[in-house]
Amino acid sequence: MTPTTSPQPTARRATGTRATRVLGIVTLVMLGWLLLFGLVLSPADIDQGDAVRIMYVHVPTVWLAYLAFIVTAVCSGLYLFGRRHSLGFDRVAGASAEIGVVFMALTLISGSLWGRITWGVYWQWDARLTTTALLFVTYIGYLAVRGLEGTRERRARRSAVIGLLAVVEIPLVHWSVRLWRSLHQEATILDTDLDVDIDGLMLFTLFSGVVAFTLLFVWLLLHRTRTIALDDLLASRGLDRAIAERRSEVTSSGSIGGGS
Amino acid sequence: MSAGRLRAARRIAVKDLLVERRSRVLVNQVLPFSGLVMVVFAFALGTGGVLERAAPGLMWLAVLFSTLITVQRSFAIETADGALESLRVAGIDPVALFLGKAAALAVELIALITVLLGLAVVLYGAEPRAEGVVLLVTTAISATCGLAALGTIYGGLAAGGPGRETLLPLLILPVAAPVLIGATRGVEAALGTDRTAVSEGWPWVGLLTVFAVAVGVSGALAFGTLIED
Amino acid sequence: MNGVIALLGGFPALSGLDLTVAHGEVVLVAGPNGAGKTTLLNVCGGLVPVARGSAHVLGVDLTGDRAALRHRVGLLGHRNGLYGDLTVSENLTFWSDLVGATPEETARSVEAAGLAGRLADVKVTALSAGQRRRTALAVLLIRRAELWLLDEPHAGLDPDGRGELDALIRLAATSGVTVMLASHDLDRSRDLADREITVVGGAVVEAA
Repeated sequence: MTPTTSPQPTARRATGTRATRVLGIVTLVMLGWLLLFGLVLSPADIDQGDAVRIMYVHVPTVWLAYLAFIVTAVCSGLYLFGRRHSLGFDRVAGASAEIGVVFMALTLISGSLWGRITWGVYWQWDARLTTTALLFVTYIGYLAVRGLEGTRERRARRSAVIGLLAVVEIPLVHWSVRLWRSLHQEATILDTDLDVDIDGLMLFTLFSGVVAFTLLFVWLLLHRTRTIALDDLLASRGLDRAIAERRSEVTSSGSIGGGS
Repeated sequence: MSAGRLRAARRIAVKDLLVERRSRVLVNQVLPFSGLVMVVFAFALGTGGVLERAAPGLMWLAVLFSTLITVQRSFAIETADGALESLRVAGIDPVALFLGKAAALAVELIALITVLLGLAVVLYGAEPRAEGVVLLVTTAISATCGLAALGTIYGGLAAGGPGRETLLPLLILPVAAPVLIGATRGVEAALGTDRTAVSEGWPWVGLLTVFAVAVGVSGALAFGTLIED
Repeated sequence: MNGVIALLGGFPALSGLDLTVAHGEVVLVAGPNGAGKTTLLNVCGGLVPVARGSAHVLGVDLTGDRAALRHRVGLLGHRNGLYGDLTVSENLTFWSDLVGATPEETARSVEAAGLAGRLADVKVTALSAGQRRRTALAVLLIRRAELWLLDEPHAGLDPDGRGELDALIRLAATSGVTVMLASHDLDRSRDLADREITVVGGAVVEAA
């Protein structure tokens, strides 16, 4: 009984479908909406002035960075413990991690700018920011492991294991950083839990931001997963050709082992 | 956890420690390195009050860096002649492999920590107090178990092939943060740095223990997959 | 094995290989570099999965759970799997403790490999290449492996070393071990083997 290989994704010339095009347009609209409300229509903060508008980027990217992490973790688990070990889950896990790293970088940069503009400090050793920084590096490590040599299945298993290890380790990291920061009674200047009085229009804008970025994440995830799938397809299409070439070594090498 | 598995793990740990006793790499190279790190910290920080206050943290930093090279050594003996591969190929239980190597690593780290603690007393003026001794010992043990588990997990992964050794620090350091944070706070409480009471240290020991158990169990399960090439 | 295709990182190292080996046979696997000899041995050892085709080794279906095979098979590649800083006897007692062999069995394996006496207490790094090879094979004896997969075991050995190695292999074969031997050293190894196959381009081209 020949072993089953993972079902190959159907070939397309590009990674867009009608669904993703619709999604893409909706995303663009939402991002435009966000720009409008974030930069123009929503009010400036009483204390911070216009700097508060960075929040409309910073908060959604935090949320998405953690969402991406959860997606990677869940897909790693589904790949490893699923009966069919479908490589599709591995692809989603990898794509989500890549996007997550980008969002985490955005979170750290936007938070840093916000802190600098408003309170003069680029960095605060608060629990959320510190844990996000550690998570960021952990994910870079995950991507490095994904880049290691090996067959697709081995790479997927190894990455899934590393991804799940992160699920175990990150809560512990978070817990220890929280405990550590709670020791210091001095008031944190920049509390990423919004040291800002938000209500009404600002809240609405913030909500729009979260929606817009979530749509962006899904759109990116779909496209990135598909390009990874196309890479795999290319590799396996090359396989039949390679098998044929391999067998032709027999005829081209003449008489071997006869009587040398 | 079967008796056979534990026996195999113990045999593997004994083998690791025997190799160390023969080759003395840790004693001759890693130990001087850690001592040197502690001296060099003084150059960077100056010898005022900062050094004494930072002593617990500096000591654990030295331990952390030394752990990286100790782990590399632990797996270098396995990859030099393909011994780990040989064990894997022969179907030796990967959980036993993990436990054995982690146990040997823990023993080596405890020895290291004992020396570094002494150095902290000598170089940084840290003063252990009687009521903090139990806390000190439990902190050291729980932190060591966590580090040993982490090191074995990622050491096994990094040992797989060429171009992987550089991954080790990148993978270990972020996840070693809880150990660094917890162990430092625990020792601070034991020594009374910054007027910390001994009682404040115990939650950190709790954290370190949970960490060690969580990482240890996950590592045992994951090791088989990670050492495949 | 029937129509076996095995992949190394996507490359078809075995491109449709058919082979039958009888129990207790010594088979010489010849062929040019890159032909797939090493992969064939790795597949037989359950290390490389079978992508297409069917294969059974020692009664175990390689397309199913291959892990069960590992205890019964001894694979020896270019490296010996020994701990350089330990002596021969320390290396061997390590293995015998792990697999639960009795001291008598261990002593017998040490004898058979010609490592008894003074040699037993020599550090592995101080041994000659041939002695290290024999130590590695002694491990296979201690493990009571039923199938030996030897990948170019004669590489780097002088004629004396090769002779001693061959004696050990012959000894194992007479006690019922099946041996598959990949080698370039065809003249020497032909005496050893019951039969010879040639692998080119990932498949068997000629069975002598």
